[in-house]
Amino acid sequence: MKIKRAYRVWQRHWTVYTKLYKSSFALNFAEPVLYLVAMGLGLGTLVKQIHGEPYIKFIAPGIIASSSMFAAVYECTYGTYIRMTFQKTFDAILATPVNIDDLIAAELVWGATKSVIYGVTFMIVVALFGLVDSPFILLSIPVVFLCGLIFGELSLIFAAKVPGIDSFSYFYTLFMTPLFLFSGIFFPLETLPPFVTDIAFFTPLYHLVNVCRALSSGSLSGALWSSVWILVVVFVLATLPFKLMRKRVIA
Amino acid sequence: MNIIDAKNLTKDYNGLRAVDGVSFEIMQGECFGFLGPNGAGKTTVMRIISCFMPPTAGEVRVFGMEVTGEPSRIKSRLGVMPQDNNLDPDLSVFENLIVYARYFDILKKEATRRAQELLNFVELLEKADVNIEQLSGGMKHRLLLARSLINNPELLLLDEPTTGLDPHSRHAVWDRLNYLKSKDTTLILTTHYMEEAEKLCDRVAIMDSGKIVTVDTPARLIEKHGGNLEDVYLKLTGRNLED
Repeated sequence: MKIKRAYRVWQRHWTVYTKLYKSSFALNFAEPVLYLVAMGLGLGTLVKQIHGEPYIKFIAPGIIASSSMFAAVYECTYGTYIRMTFQKTFDAILATPVNIDDLIAAELVWGATKSVIYGVTFMIVVALFGLVDSPFILLSIPVVFLCGLIFGELSLIFAAKVPGIDSFSYFYTLFMTPLFLFSGIFFPLETLPPFVTDIAFFTPLYHLVNVCRALSSGSLSGALWSSVWILVVVFVLATLPFKLMRKRVIA
Repeated sequence: MNIIDAKNLTKDYNGLRAVDGVSFEIMQGECFGFLGPNGAGKTTVMRIISCFMPPTAGEVRVFGMEVTGEPSRIKSRLGVMPQDNNLDPDLSVFENLIVYARYFDILKKEATRRAQELLNFVELLEKADVNIEQLSGGMKHRLLLARSLINNPELLLLDEPTTGLDPHSRHAVWDRLNYLKSKDTTLILTTHYMEEAEKLCDRVAIMDSGKIVTVDTPARLIEKHGGNLEDVYLKLTGRNLED
C-alpha cells in the first residue's frame, strides 16, 4: 500500500462529493436534527432530566456520534458496493498504478472522512442550540475519525461478502438499528439489565457516545478508556477488510 | 525486444480453468489480436497482462517485469480500454480524464493539456462538460479510448474495443487505432470480429477453451487454411466464431 496512491482515490471521492454534496448533504443532516428536535423536545417534556441534565442535552452528544456512524456506514456499504459493482469504478481505478490495497485504504479513510464531516456539522448545530458545555468537544473529532474507520471496516467486511445490494438491509436491521437504540444515546443503559451494558461494551457506537458525552461536559477522564478501546479496535479489525476485498475483487 | 513474454500461463477462475497453459510473445510496435468466442479465455489473459489479477501458474513478463512483482510500475506504462463502460458517472467528460490522470500522478496543468488534446483526437471536445449519461454508446467508447491514452502508454490493451458499436462508430475507433499503430504504440486487442482482426492485427492468436490453437499473421493463416479468417477458425477449432 502506498499512501500517495490511496490519496489519489480519496481525492476522487472528495471531487465527487464537493460536486454533488448539495443534493445529499441537506438530507443526511436533516435526520439527526429531526431526532434531536422530536426526541429532545417532544420526549423531553415527559422525561425532564437525566443525570441532572435536560433530556435534549443528554441525547445531543449521542446524536453527534450516531450521525457520524451512519455517514461512514452508508459510504462503505452502499457507496463502496455501487462503485465496486454497478459503476465498475474499481475496475477503472485498478487499471492505473493504484492497487487494490491502496483502493481499500482509500475507501476506509473516505468513510472516516464522511464521519468527521457529519459529526462536526452536527456538533456545530448542537453548539448553536446551546447544548455543549465544554470546548473539549473538539477533542472528539479525532476520535470520531477513528471510530469512522471502525464503522468503515465493519461495513467493508460486510460489503465484501454480500451476494447483492439488497443484503445490506440485514446489516442495517440486525446491526445498525440495535446499535443506534442500545448505545446509550436515548437513555442510560443502566436502566436495563446489566447484560445489555456488557454487550454494548463490545460495540463501537457505545464507546463513541461515551466519548462525545464526556467531552461535551468537559470530562477528559470520562473519555479516556473508550477512546483507547476505539484505537485498539481500529487495529484489531484492520486486516480483514483488505483480505476479504482482495478476494472479492480480484478472485 | 519483446514487450510481453508469457510462459505456460494458467488461470483457474471460479473452479474452472479459464486459461490453460498458454505461451506467447508480443513484440514492440506490433498489433496482436486474441481471437475467439466468448469464454475462450481472451479477457482473462488481458486481465492478467494488465496486472488486475495474478496467474494461478506460469510466468508473465510485461516490459521485462513480472506481473506479480511490481504491478504499479507496469501499470503506469499501460493503457487499458475495458470491454464494459466504467467511466465515472458522477463526473463530466472532462473531469473523467482529469481525475484519471491524477491516478498516474500527472500534474494538473499537463493533465488539462492532454485531456483537451485527447478529446480533440476522439472528437468529443464539444462534449467536455457533458455528463456521461448524455453520451451515446459510440461516444462512451471513444471517451474510454481517450482515457486509456491519458498516460501516453507504450502498450495499449483493448478488450473488444468495438463490440456493440454501429459500423460508423466501429470505423471511427479503427481509424484511431491505426493512427496509434503508426505512432509505434504496441496494441493488444481481443475480438470476435474477423474483419477487425484482419484490418488491424499484425498477428493473431486463435483461442479456444483456454488454449491458443495457433499464432500467425492473418494473411498466412488464410493462405494456409484457405477462405477468410472465419473459415480458418472453423477449420482449426471445428467451431463457428459466433457460437
